[in-house]
Amino acid sequence: MGFFEKLLKIDRRVIFIFIAIAIALPLFFEVTMHIDITPVVRGVYDTVEALPSGSKVLISFDYDPGSMPELQPMAESVLRHCFSKDLKLVIMGLWPQGPLQANWALEIILNEPDIKEKNLKYGIDYVNLGYIAGGEVVIQRLGSDIHAAFPADYYGTPIDEIPLMKGVQNFSNIDFVYNLSAGYPGTTEWVQFAVDRFHAKLGAGNTAVQAPLMYPYINTGQLVGLLGGMKGAAEYEILAKRPARAVRYMFGQGVSHAVVIFFVIVGNIAYFATRKKRKES
Amino acid sequence: MKSSKSKSLKEKLSLIVLILLFNFILLFSIAIAQEELIVPKDTIPPASPTNVGAFDTPNDRGRSITITWEKSKDDGTGANDVKGYEILRATEADGEYELIGSSASGAQKFTDNNVTDGKEYFYKINVTDGINYSLSFPSLPAMSKAQWFNLSRLNIFVFVVVLSFAILYFINRAKAGKKLYIRKIAGLEAVDDAVGRATEMGRKIFYIPGISDMDNMQTIAGVTILGRVAKVAAEYEARLEVPVSRSMVMVTCREVMKGAYTDAGRPDAFNEDLVYYLTDDQFGYAAAVDGLFVREKPAAIFLQGQFYAESLILAETGNSVGAIQIAGTAAPAQIPFFIAACDYTLIGEELFAASAYLSKDPKLLGSLKGQDVGKFIFLAAIVIGAILLSLGVYDISPLFSAG
Amino acid sequence: MRREVPLTITAIVGFTLIIAYFVPHAPFSDVRDLFSDWFMVIAAFAIYLGILNLLKINVDKVYKKRPGWGFSIVTILGFFLFVYIGIREGRDFGEFGTRYYWLYDRIYYPLMAAMFAILAFFIASASYRAFRARNLEATILLLAAFFVMLGRVPIGYYLTTWLPEGWRMGNIADWIMDFPQTAGQRAVMIGIALGIVSTSLRVILGIERAFLGGE
Repeated sequence: MGFFEKLLKIDRRVIFIFIAIAIALPLFFEVTMHIDITPVVRGVYDTVEALPSGSKVLISFDYDPGSMPELQPMAESVLRHCFSKDLKLVIMGLWPQGPLQANWALEIILNEPDIKEKNLKYGIDYVNLGYIAGGEVVIQRLGSDIHAAFPADYYGTPIDEIPLMKGVQNFSNIDFVYNLSAGYPGTTEWVQFAVDRFHAKLGAGNTAVQAPLMYPYINTGQLVGLLGGMKGAAEYEILAKRPARAVRYMFGQGVSHAVVIFFVIVGNIAYFATRKKRKES
Repeated sequence: MKSSKSKSLKEKLSLIVLILLFNFILLFSIAIAQEELIVPKDTIPPASPTNVGAFDTPNDRGRSITITWEKSKDDGTGANDVKGYEILRATEADGEYELIGSSASGAQKFTDNNVTDGKEYFYKINVTDGINYSLSFPSLPAMSKAQWFNLSRLNIFVFVVVLSFAILYFINRAKAGKKLYIRKIAGLEAVDDAVGRATEMGRKIFYIPGISDMDNMQTIAGVTILGRVAKVAAEYEARLEVPVSRSMVMVTCREVMKGAYTDAGRPDAFNEDLVYYLTDDQFGYAAAVDGLFVREKPAAIFLQGQFYAESLILAETGNSVGAIQIAGTAAPAQIPFFIAACDYTLIGEELFAASAYLSKDPKLLGSLKGQDVGKFIFLAAIVIGAILLSLGVYDISPLFSAG
Repeated sequence: MRREVPLTITAIVGFTLIIAYFVPHAPFSDVRDLFSDWFMVIAAFAIYLGILNLLKINVDKVYKKRPGWGFSIVTILGFFLFVYIGIREGRDFGEFGTRYYWLYDRIYYPLMAAMFAILAFFIASASYRAFRARNLEATILLLAAFFVMLGRVPIGYYLTTWLPEGWRMGNIADWIMDFPQTAGQRAVMIGIALGIVSTSLRVILGIERAFLGGE
C-alpha cells in the first residue's frame, strides 16, 4: 500500500491527537486576536442596549454542564450587561440543571466590583423561578399565566410575595426574552410558542452545532439576534467592552479549525493522488 | 517659675489662636460644603402623559385590557428625565386609583391581565422623574371580554382546513383503490440486509429512537419504524436491543416490539428487558450508548428520531466499530453528521413518510399525497410573492403573518 | 378497549387544542390550560418511571452477575449519592458552596463537558472522511465548509486582510450562512412542518396507530 493509500485510511486516533494538541496548547498562551462582529450578535446586543432601565427581561437557562464551555460565557456577559443597565431579571430553566447554571453565573457576576456596588437585591432586581418539566407546554402556560406555571420560586417562596413579579402576568409584561439553548426544549420552542403565539421579543444564545438552525428565524425577525458558539460569546464580550473567557479561548478554536482544514486538504490530496490507481483497479 | 508662667501664657494664647483658627476653618468648610450641597433641587415634574386610552385586548380569552398613552414630552425629548410610568386603575372615573404595575421610560403600552370580564375600569398614567410625579387624565371606561375567534389567525385557519381536506381527500381516494406512486427510500430498503447481516454475524442490533419524548412527531415516526425492524429481527431471530432516554418512549417501544414479535409469530422471543431506560440526560445517554456500542460491537445500528448534538458522537462511534448504520432524522442540523458517518440516512420528510412506505397502507400513502398539495401551496406562494415583491408590491406580506 | 381508550383520549385532546388555538373564548382556553397543567404533572411523573426502570435493570444485572455488572454498581451508587446529598441539603441544594454543588461542579460538570468535547474530535475524523471532492456537489460542500470554518475564526481574518472590506473570509462565511444555508434550512423546515401536520392529523384521527403496538 502506497503512502497516499495509507493516508486515506489513517487511524482516526492520529487525527484525535492533532486536535487535542491544537486545542490544549493555545490555552497556555494569551494571544489577542481580531474578532469580527457579525450582525446577528449585534442584533442581541443592540436590543439589550436599547432597553430602558427597569425593563423586565426573562432569561431561560436551557442547557446543562455539557455545553457550559460555550454557553456559560454568553450567560455571564448577558447577565453583566443587563445588571449594568439596571434591568430586572426573571430567571428560569426548562432543563433541570438550568437554574444551577444560572446560580453559577450569578455568583460570578454579582461579585464583580461594578455590579456589587449596585447592591442588587434578590426578589427586587432579579429572581430565580427554577426548573419545571414539560418543555414547550411550559412556555405556552407562561403565555397565559406565569403565576400558574411557577407558583413558587426556586427557594419555595410563593411568587405572589415577590415584589419583582407583581404585575408580571404573562409575556405582555416582559420586555425581552433571552434564551440560552443547547437542544430541546430550546430556542425553536421559544420561537414557536413565545414569539409566534404571544409576540414576545426574543434573542438567543446557542451552541455552535445548533446555531445554523436558527438563521431562518433571524431573517424573518422572529429572533432579534443570535450568539452562536464560542465565537458569538466572544463577539458579545467585545461589544460590551468586557473581553473575558470566550475571547481568550478563540485562539484555541482558531488553531483547531485550521487543523481540521489541514486534514481535509491532506485527505483530498491523497484522494486525488490515488484516484488513478482506483480507476485502474 | 516666671519662665514657666510666661510659657503657660504663651501656650494659652497659642491654644486660643489654634481654636479660633480651627473654628474658622470649620465654619468656612461648612459654608463651602453647604454651597456645594445646595444643588438646585428638581421641582419641575415631567409633562404628564396624554391621550390615555384603554380597550379590550383583541383576539384573546378576555380578562385583559390594553392601556395605551402618548409618552410624556420629557421622555426622550424636553428635560428628558423620565424614569418610568406607573399604571393606576379604578372602577369609577373619580374613584380611588390603585397602582397595578409599572413600565420603563419610553413605554406607551401596558397590558392589565388582572381584570374581570364585563366590569368597567378606568386608568390613569403617572409619570415620574424619580422625585416628582405628574398624573394624566383618566381614560374612558374599558371592559374586557372574550372573543370567539382569533381573527389574526384566520390565514392559518384557512391553510389548516385546506391541507386537512387535501389529506383526507387523498386518503379516501387511496382507500377506494387508486394506485399512488411512492419514490424508493434506499435507507428503508436496506433494513432487511442490515438485520440479515446481524443474524449471520451473530451480533446484536441496536435501535436508538432519538432522545426526545413521545410528544415529538419524530419519536413517533422512529417508533413506527422500530415496529418494522423488530418484526424483521424476530423473523431472522436476531437480537434487537432498544436503549432509550425517556421513560414514556420505553413503555411505547415495549408495546410496539411486543406487537411486532407477536405478528412475526415469535411472541416467546420478546422480553421486556430488551427495551431499557438509561437516563434523560443528553450526554449521559450518549456516553452510555457509546459504551454499549464499543463493548457489544453490534452488526447494525438504527438511529431514527430526533437527535441533537449527540448525533455524531453516536454515529461516529457506531462507524468505528464497523456497524452498518441506518439513520433518519428531521433535525436539519444533524442531517449532515449522519450523512457523513452512516451508510444510509432518511432525510427530513422521509422519516415521516417511512411508516407509509413500509406498510404500503393506502391510508398512509394518501396522506403523503395530501402533503404534496401543501407543498404546492407553499411553492406557489413563494413564487408569486417573489414576483410581486420584485414588481414593488409590498402589501401581500401581512397576509402571511400570524397573530 | 386497550387501543380505543388511548385513541379516544388522543382525539379529544388533539381537537380541543386545535380549536383552542383559533377560539380563545371559554371553555376552550381554560381547557387548554388544564391540559397543559396535566401534561406538566405527567411529564414530572415520567421521570420517576424512568428512575424505577433504571434501578430495576441495574439491580437485576448485579444480582445475576451479567457481563459489565460492575458498571451497574457505579450507576446505582452514583444515583443514591446524588439523591442523598440533594435531600440532605434541602431546598437550597443548588446554592453556591453546598455539598451538592461540590458534586455538581467536580463530578457532573467534567463528565458532561468531556462527553460534549468528544464532538470536536469526531467532527475532525468525520470531516476527514466526508469532505472529499468526489463530484460537483461534494466539491461545493467542501468549499462551503472551508469558507465557513475559516471565516468563523480569527485566522480567516488574518488570511484575507489584504482583500477589500466585504470580500474577506468572514463576509463570505456570513453570506453562506445568511443565504444558501438559510434557504436550504427553510426548504427542509417547510417539508418537515408538512410532515408533522400530516402525521399529527393521522394520529389525532386514529389513522396512524403503529406506535400503539401491533399492526
